[in-house]
Amino acid sequence: MDFVDIIFVVFALIVVVSAFIVVFSRSIIRSAFSLLFTFFGVAGLYVLLNADFLAVTQVLIYVGGILILILFGVMLTTNVVSVEIKTGTLQTVPAAVIVAVLSGTIAGIFWFTEWHTAPAREGPTTKALGTLFMTDYLLPFEIASILLLVALIGAAMIARHERGTEGGR
Amino acid sequence: MIPLDYYLILSALLFTFGVIGVVIRRNVIIVFMSIELMLNSVNLTLVGYSAYLGDPTGQMLVFFVIAVAAAEAAVGLGIVIALFRLRRTVNVDEINILKW
Repeated sequence: MDFVDIIFVVFALIVVVSAFIVVFSRSIIRSAFSLLFTFFGVAGLYVLLNADFLAVTQVLIYVGGILILILFGVMLTTNVVSVEIKTGTLQTVPAAVIVAVLSGTIAGIFWFTEWHTAPAREGPTTKALGTLFMTDYLLPFEIASILLLVALIGAAMIARHERGTEGGR
Repeated sequence: MIPLDYYLILSALLFTFGVIGVVIRRNVIIVFMSIELMLNSVNLTLVGYSAYLGDPTGQMLVFFVIAVAAAEAAVGLGIVIALFRLRRTVNVDEINILKW
């Protein structure tokens, strides 16, 4: 077991344990903060996979953007110490069966397929990604920017305080 | 180098956790977080394939997934906040105002 293996195991453990806490924790604020570690763990795995630029993007957008947004959502809608949640009697057994079948299927496909692999590419990926953005993927890139603008305006519209008043809280 | 299978199994596990969260939790914000978990697991799969095929196209897809996820989170949380103002609840089984 060399150094890279140990790093992989550490990041994988971080991801799995914190994802478990996200789903099963009774306190919603604990779930939200545990999601932080999941995102960081995934970013670490990206670094291991030679995707340096993507790892930074993951930290910037997921940790800096989406997680903050979720935390705002938590704090605007719950009194933080609430202990509710968990389905109780809501169909835990069928859910367990479905999830077991689903995960077994996915893991089986992943494990038993002979994946065709090529030698890994070393070095930074930023230049290749930038070239692709400005050539083959220019149209999706522009569409994504329009989508983000629309989402921005739409979210501000929906979450505004009152429909009639200007500039509500 | 770590075999590709390990990354794939890890992302399958992460996806499973996301599905469990969507199915069994009632708080809509936790459902959101679980959706983000699933998106992350798919991203991990794409980056894994991208790395092991020596082809950056998979990483391009991940960028677009991240952009759409950001838009989804913004609009979704806006809806949640508006709903909370209206109904004083964030439990998915109590939100039924679209039901006729």
